[in-house]
Amino acid sequence: MANIRVQTADFDIGAEFAALCAGRADIGGLGCFVGTVRDTAKGRKINAMTLEHYPAMTEAAMARIAAAAEQRWDLLGCTLIHRVGRLLPGENIVLVLAASPHRQAALDATGFLIDWLKTKAPFWKKETFLDGQEEWVSANDADDSAAARWG
Amino acid sequence: MRNVKMLYFAWLRERIGVAEEDLAVPDGVITIADLIAWLRLRSAGHLAAFTTTTSLRCAVNQDFATPETLIATGDEIAFFPPVTGG
Repeated sequence: MANIRVQTADFDIGAEFAALCAGRADIGGLGCFVGTVRDTAKGRKINAMTLEHYPAMTEAAMARIAAAAEQRWDLLGCTLIHRVGRLLPGENIVLVLAASPHRQAALDATGFLIDWLKTKAPFWKKETFLDGQEEWVSANDADDSAAARWG
Repeated sequence: MRNVKMLYFAWLRERIGVAEEDLAVPDGVITIADLIAWLRLRSAGHLAAFTTTTSLRCAVNQDFATPETLIATGDEIAFFPPVTGG
């Protein structure tokens, strides 16, 4: 039921909404989260962000996360798209859509999906600063506690 | 000896200098914790990558593993830092 993709290309949010809803009228609410590249890290401007992943594991890990959401909420479908490669400030990184008969399930499932994606799917970000220096982003405790609140 | 395929990601890959390597692991190396201790001896790069284990994560055959996970012939064993996607 989940539509899961890892790609270098950008995604079209409107087209993904349309695909999720195509041919059905039982959806009462759609939750959407879009993660984008912020132009600042640790108070310094960045030039680019590079996303690396573990290809053999990534889509399986994303499918497990989607399956966990489908067990917890009454979902009619969800979409997880994560970009990899070199991205520029302002560009899209990740799209999460969750469709449900009801608003609260759609919103909660969307929050759950992005929190778990950030802590359980094998992606790594590297930031390139204006002076050319590169640094791997370190995992932060706030992401862990955001993921942990779902139990 | 057991043959395994190692994969390294992010700064582990950069410190070790290769993205993957095929290794024959001695019989005394039984768990992932044993493997880390053994890998530290392979090169200065490996030592630098595996100096601390608090910021280390492992997957065996594409599923998250723990220090106690057992190693088997043919395993694909990946080491990487805590994930930072999303």
